Amino acid sequence: MSYIPNTDADRAAMLKAIGVGSIADLFQDVPEALRYPQLNLPSPVSEPEILRELREISEYNVDLEHAPCFLGAGAYRHFVPTVVGHLIGRSEFYTAYTPYQPEISQGTLQTIFEYQSMICALTGMDVANASHYDGATSLAEAVVMAVNVARGKRRKIVVSADVHPEYRGVIRTYTQGMKLTVVGEDRGTGAASALAGIVDADTACVVVQNPSFLGYLEEPTGLRALANAAHAAGALFVVSADPISLGLFAPPADYGADIVCGEGQALGGGLNFGGPYLGYFACKQQYVHKMAGRLVGQTVDRHGERGFVLTLSAREQHIRREKATSNICSNEALMALAAAVYLTAMGKTGLRKVAELCYHKAHYAASRLSALPGYGLLSERPFFKEFPLRCPKPVEEINDYLLNEWGIIGGYNLGQDYPALAKTMLVCVTEMNTKEEIDTLVEALGSMEEKA
Amino acid sequence: MSEPLIYDISSPGRSGVNLPECDVPQAPLPQGYLREDLPLPEVSEVDLVRHFLRLSQLNYGVDKGFYPLGSCTMKYNPKVNEEAARLPGFVHTHPYQAACIVQGNLFLMYQLQEFLKEISGFSGVSLQPAAGAHGELAGVRMVRAYHESRGDHKRTRMLIPDSAHGTNPASTTMAGYETVKIVSTARGNVSLDDLRAHCDDTVAGLMLTNPNTLGLFDEHVQEIARLIHECGGLLYGDGANLNAIMGIVKPAALGFDVMHFNLHKTFSTPHGGGGPGAGPVGANDVLAPFLPGPIVVKDRMDEQCQSDNEEWEEETYCYHLQMPTSSIGRLKAFFGNFGICVRAYTYIRMLGAAGLRQASENAVLNANYLLSQLKGVYPLPYDRTCMHEFVVSGHLPDAADVHTIDIAKRLMDFGFHPPTIYFPLIVPEALMIEPTETESKETLDAFADALIQIAQEAKTNPELLHTAPHVTPVSRLDEVLAARQPILHCLKG
Repeated sequence: MSYIPNTDADRAAMLKAIGVGSIADLFQDVPEALRYPQLNLPSPVSEPEILRELREISEYNVDLEHAPCFLGAGAYRHFVPTVVGHLIGRSEFYTAYTPYQPEISQGTLQTIFEYQSMICALTGMDVANASHYDGATSLAEAVVMAVNVARGKRRKIVVSADVHPEYRGVIRTYTQGMKLTVVGEDRGTGAASALAGIVDADTACVVVQNPSFLGYLEEPTGLRALANAAHAAGALFVVSADPISLGLFAPPADYGADIVCGEGQALGGGLNFGGPYLGYFACKQQYVHKMAGRLVGQTVDRHGERGFVLTLSAREQHIRREKATSNICSNEALMALAAAVYLTAMGKTGLRKVAELCYHKAHYAASRLSALPGYGLLSERPFFKEFPLRCPKPVEEINDYLLNEWGIIGGYNLGQDYPALAKTMLVCVTEMNTKEEIDTLVEALGSMEEKA
Repeated sequence: MSEPLIYDISSPGRSGVNLPECDVPQAPLPQGYLREDLPLPEVSEVDLVRHFLRLSQLNYGVDKGFYPLGSCTMKYNPKVNEEAARLPGFVHTHPYQAACIVQGNLFLMYQLQEFLKEISGFSGVSLQPAAGAHGELAGVRMVRAYHESRGDHKRTRMLIPDSAHGTNPASTTMAGYETVKIVSTARGNVSLDDLRAHCDDTVAGLMLTNPNTLGLFDEHVQEIARLIHECGGLLYGDGANLNAIMGIVKPAALGFDVMHFNLHKTFSTPHGGGGPGAGPVGANDVLAPFLPGPIVVKDRMDEQCQSDNEEWEEETYCYHLQMPTSSIGRLKAFFGNFGICVRAYTYIRMLGAAGLRQASENAVLNANYLLSQLKGVYPLPYDRTCMHEFVVSGHLPDAADVHTIDIAKRLMDFGFHPPTIYFPLIVPEALMIEPTETESKETLDAFADALIQIAQEAKTNPELLHTAPHVTPVSRLDEVLAARQPILHCLKG
């Protein structure tokens, strides 16, 4: 099954029109000795067979519909309203490509324009682009943009150790060969404001995550002080933020961010084993010409009717080639659509309610878990929906026990990224975790201690 | 009539979602941390659905009609792929679950890596990159890492033919290399003379698209590979045009060292209105250790896995994630666009080796047939057998004031999506047409008839073209105004 409508009669007529005897005649430019290699692929299967095969493969996973889960660390299980799947499943949306021809792409263009508007609303920033691949690449592009804003003259990037370890890895990959120094990661975890001391005249940007990778809420006055220190040195202040937290907590514009970006998967995206996700990206108006990625703008047609187009494309690779701000081309438009539908469904009150549910449930879990013998909170700092829990045993051991004896997927092992945080579990609780699940987790960990 | 903006149908107090009540005691919120206002729209569920549904109806997609957008391979996206990617066992898995409880996902990714290796002839594949341009960035970084691993720091230049996609020079700059343009010949090949003149020990490599963006298979590709290797450089393959050569020739056999794939072009995953796609990167023995990671490897099953997966068919194997030995590192968080990988896996399993070759053969047949129908009507700058796409000029004789943009806009009145226009840059007034294998002869005939009629209109009634399109939801849009006075959101204040 190759989804090919041509019949043998069609092919004969077409070959005649072309003026060749066979399809093979069309491949004369391919070196003859290399033509038609054997491909050792499994024998093809029919539609019912592939559906059965894939269902069987998928059943070798333990999925979160069947196991309570306390894993977060950058990928979150939040409620996806039913309307999201139905609307992004409209094939007028998903079988289109980048809206190069605006007259027949107003659906995609207007939804991206509305998405940009809602990202500006969430972050408090002036402009947002149509998306990046994920939270990690949007942060790496923010760093590259900050270097470009400084016209390449500033070579130092200050990055908090509380930024997601994989995001810091992607920043390193993206900046290889750019002769930049990344500093700050060795200062350990703690309040971001402590980074002010290493900002200097060679610093292109200061990068923090709020809530931090450990789940802590940075104090707004401390962040404001760090932003002021960055600005005083002529550097940009870059904040990576969980968009769900912005339903409740102060937008980064309030404490001086120049660029706000992050992982938008939580906005109607589902988990999907890590992708496709959504990198959202917003900045101040003055930097819009240094921004990477696609931007949609409002305009009028020949009759004065409102319409939307891709705009400011002089920044981009298809126009600027080697002088472009980035090589990004395709991004994650369908995930941006999902986010637009999600944010519309949630609206002003719904997103706040989701954030509050996360906050209250996580705090309930923290108070109960930390009361267990041998367990405790790493610190008393305020947090959102994740918190580091000190444990009496290695986290792997606890997670094996939770999975095998209770069918629970435990939290993230922080010791793998932070040696100082051995035996510390990053517990994530969202609105999807019921009180019953939290109580069962508490019971399970309590019973493990009894067994020991 | 245009669809109102979502903010314009907002009314205080409405909501489009139904959330549970809080079932735990409430904790005090930290004072001084909270936001005052959240300017999101307030819309009921029914109004939300109607708004986005009506917007969808203003769009043109492959499911609506012919979409011959050159270099983008807008083939039909099989519905079974969508069903596969929505299986709950895939959708509801967290990327940090222990390997032992996501063996299904890891098995599928491993198999897809193997399929892509077999199709391309490479010895290693990483599924990390999220898009074609992302795969390119990986490839150029791998080239750089290879040279530096040998202590060879004098290579600072990347050679790029003048027919290349804009992403090639942009990726090169991102990797810290200087771009050097190589000219094309009158037959549409890379100029061997120009290439020879630039090959020296400062060359990191050459980025080659083959078939190239003119839709032509370079007649000297093996000589190009020899020349670039002889000077110590590496050959990068832009896999955007792989749809022409599946089962016809393996890129690794032609001399490519590293190449990216576009799962959203060649392997039928939908384009999503501009993503998500996926851009896996493949490499030969020399470059495979530098692949971005993690990638999936398979091992003899250890006791831990065995106890958790008693019924696993291949019970002697266990799949897990690993960084290649000299990896350039991560390119994104987690492991690549898994949901797109599921769709591509489904497609390859359903076509098999014979089906993939038929897809390429019919893609090339369809392109040559459409070309034969337009020859003599539209100027053809390179009159050769084409591969899966071809380029004609919209600079029509006897219609001096009609431009390619006018022809493209007029095509919409006939119910077609226009081809790629004004690219490649080396053809003035270019129309780049890629029909793909999933279109019927009747569709190609109707499209050719429309283009032939438009060529007539260009002479007899050019105003009809200048004012096109006429039957679309909006007429031609003022892009200059959009750029001069940017309005990038609709928030008040």
